[in-house]
Amino acid sequence: MTAVLFDNVSRHFGAVRAVDRVKLSIAEGEFFAMLGPSGSGKTTCLRLMAGFEQPTSGHIEIFGETAEGVPPYRRSVNTVFQDYALFPHLSILDNVAYGLMVRGIGREERRKAAEDALAMVKLPGYGERRPGQLSGGQRQRVALARALVNKPKVLLLDEPLGALDLKLREQMQEELKSLQQSLGITFVFVTHDQGEALSMADRLAVFNEGRIQQLGTPEEVYNRPKTRFVADFVGSANVLPVDLCRRLGLKASFASLRPEAVAIAPASNGALSLSGTVASRSFLGATNRIVVNVDGARIAVASPAANAVPAIGSPVTLSFAATDLHPMEDA
Amino acid sequence: MTTVAESFPLPERRGTAGRLSDFFWRHPHVLLAILLGPPLIWLGIVYLGSLFALLLQSFFSIDDFSGLINYEFTLATYRQLLSEANLDIIIRTVAMAALVTLASAVIVFPIAYYAARYARGKGKALFYLAVMLPLWSSYLVKVYAWKLILAKEGILTWFLAKLNLLWLLDAWLALPIVGGSSLSISYTGTFIVFVYVWMPFMILPIQAALERVPANLIEASSDLGGTPAQTFRHVIFPLALPGIVAGSIFTFSLTLGDYIIPQIIGSSRLFIGQAVYAQQGTAGNVPLAAAFTVVPIVIMGAYLWMAKRMGAFDAL
Repeated sequence: MTAVLFDNVSRHFGAVRAVDRVKLSIAEGEFFAMLGPSGSGKTTCLRLMAGFEQPTSGHIEIFGETAEGVPPYRRSVNTVFQDYALFPHLSILDNVAYGLMVRGIGREERRKAAEDALAMVKLPGYGERRPGQLSGGQRQRVALARALVNKPKVLLLDEPLGALDLKLREQMQEELKSLQQSLGITFVFVTHDQGEALSMADRLAVFNEGRIQQLGTPEEVYNRPKTRFVADFVGSANVLPVDLCRRLGLKASFASLRPEAVAIAPASNGALSLSGTVASRSFLGATNRIVVNVDGARIAVASPAANAVPAIGSPVTLSFAATDLHPMEDA
Repeated sequence: MTTVAESFPLPERRGTAGRLSDFFWRHPHVLLAILLGPPLIWLGIVYLGSLFALLLQSFFSIDDFSGLINYEFTLATYRQLLSEANLDIIIRTVAMAALVTLASAVIVFPIAYYAARYARGKGKALFYLAVMLPLWSSYLVKVYAWKLILAKEGILTWFLAKLNLLWLLDAWLALPIVGGSSLSISYTGTFIVFVYVWMPFMILPIQAALERVPANLIEASSDLGGTPAQTFRHVIFPLALPGIVAGSIFTFSLTLGDYIIPQIIGSSRLFIGQAVYAQQGTAGNVPLAAAFTVVPIVIMGAYLWMAKRMGAFDAL
């Protein structure tokens, strides 16, 4: 069943088209990511799902029911806010139980449900504290428990990991993913971190300037970026300009080429090759990033750290398989 | 070799001022002491000292025959304060202050809410102007203007007559306690003028408190299933409570202490302020005047203690 359906949805703020004719359909139980730079419309899409915004035009359905004109408090959708939005005047337990309290669930029952939810996010016994006494990571978990305790059909997460440090973020990514799998709830996740989107999502939509640039599985989006924007934003693929494409015998005006698909070596049979000079190099741990200048176009190569690093200015030959070169739309 | 570009010159240490600012930078506590000393001395000696002297006065008594103050500690003045006539004044004043405070809070809340959440730029400037504008004109002018508005021949009666609603006014004035022969000499009139005059002192703290409530808390409540009424009750109101308490301290204590409005508008029955004025002036009974002023202090103390117990300051 379709959990969330956007049919040509637009949301304009004056002359600004925050969301522009977006079409998407999110399946029940899916972990769906909306990826894009700030101001690309991904958060507005999330707010349209939550009901904080109403579409200027188009149609939204949540589990088959029309969402336009339905206020947030009548949607079985819950949100984990970017800065958590915990109620500062309530204890952690009352924060988590808030959704049950406004639904009129009895004190004992909601207390038990809230304690279970806190245990689920690994914060048992924190109920009596105040939000101000918790760390950022703990508040994030409380926000998650507060949303999940209502057993929503769709959980919306607005850059929930943005404020956490790297270590905690990686840990929460894993926990979120396994939580989603065990609960079977549809998760819609907004992020500007392409690594996060690729590693967690079943499918993702890449947003730019209010429009979806590409919608697909992480593998599709990563390996076959449809537009130059996606190639650049998701994993910084090389974009080969027109003249290089022509030289390599392509019909399209632009093509993408992943840095890790390129080797600094003479071409073996069947492979394509280009030659240029080394412009810069930097050590990234597992790989060295070497940027090669090919007739003015800069092509990045992810070279395994074990390989020798050519000196800056030295001439090199780049080789890659023809199948790694993906023609793109001109957008 | 690249040469490092010459950096811009640092500010020079010039004379005494330069040495002084360096000294203060190294000893910030000295600067703090210099800045806070005079106001603290003022508060400590002039303000708290006179308050203490006032409290002390209330424990003396007056000699009924000579009219001189008898400097012996006694509770006689407080016994006099709790006599029926004086208790009547206290109850009347406290009831009026409570009603004025409640009415101000109720009238002001939607305006403050609008100003805090929706007004931007020019709209906000207009709001502040509208709130402050009445404070620009003299208090006495405003009170006398209200006397004319509320008088029997005044514009309000005329307006109600035009609307054929004079019967409504007459019915209200026929009521006991709140009524009278006209609005300008009834408790209703006193109440209206009090609310008008003290309202700005309620609106600004509430607006400031509401402005500090993050918009996403309201969205979060709605997202979790809270209807607008529930969101108001469980999120907006508790978070605005410190502002309401602050505003009510203003309106409540200003009404408790005022002696001009009830003198110009209202029945001739006394309020605490008038009683203090009369006791320390014509009657020359300073101890009783002091005892009267202790009443607002005790009430405000009890009110703040209650507000704290209710959790009004938990989110501060």
